[in-house]
Amino acid sequence: MNSKRPVNLDLSTIKFPLPALTSITHRVTGVILFIGLFFLFWAWDKSLSSPEGFAAVKDALQHNFFAKFVLWGLLSALGYHCVAGVKHLIMDLDIGVTLEGGQQMAKASIAISIVLVVLAGVWVW
Amino acid sequence: MVTNITNFGRSGLSDWLMQRASAVIMLVYVLFMVGYFLSVSDLSYSAWHALFQQTWMRIFTMLTLISVAAHAWIGLWTVSTDYMKATGVRLIFQSFVILALFAFVVWGVQVLWGA
Repeated sequence: MNSKRPVNLDLSTIKFPLPALTSITHRVTGVILFIGLFFLFWAWDKSLSSPEGFAAVKDALQHNFFAKFVLWGLLSALGYHCVAGVKHLIMDLDIGVTLEGGQQMAKASIAISIVLVVLAGVWVW
Repeated sequence: MVTNITNFGRSGLSDWLMQRASAVIMLVYVLFMVGYFLSVSDLSYSAWHALFQQTWMRIFTMLTLISVAAHAWIGLWTVSTDYMKATGVRLIFQSFVILALFAFVVWGVQVLWGA
């Protein structure tokens, strides 16, 4: 099994059905969240460092457009990543593991994520 | 050919299970934090600071940070072994990732107990 794992996929030769697109988005949002850890840790550290640091972070997240935009982006990525992750857990339970099931769950995960992205935007602004 | 010498648990099944266990822990933490922020209308420094003084919150946060490190390592290992064809590039990337995740865990300990 170890030596038979398919690696180094040539993505340019592969046609992407919807479940493949939601899968690659799951990966992309995962990478975004890793990069977002720098932003998150900075805000978390600063907010707990002192009352002044807390006020600075709060002010930035309430009034600085760039900080709010980054926060919205990270919340959106997190929302999508969680939805796609829960979809994985559901499919691990052997639910919806068919061609139709996979396509329906991909559509459902996109629909739920759009709602979460909008809600995150409303929350930040 | 990429071998599993650099993956998290040296076994695909072990990584698979660890990815899900860490995901559930992080999901619970995310839901808790979202609920916390939504329930507090105007968050103050004293309330925020007091939250992270609680022993259960430190344990919960530390557990989540370790989950983040394991989860991100397994995820980025998978992504890098799929798309980075050159061994040198992949090795540099994976070294950077594991160093960054280690730094985040230490940084997290410092934030939780340093202040």
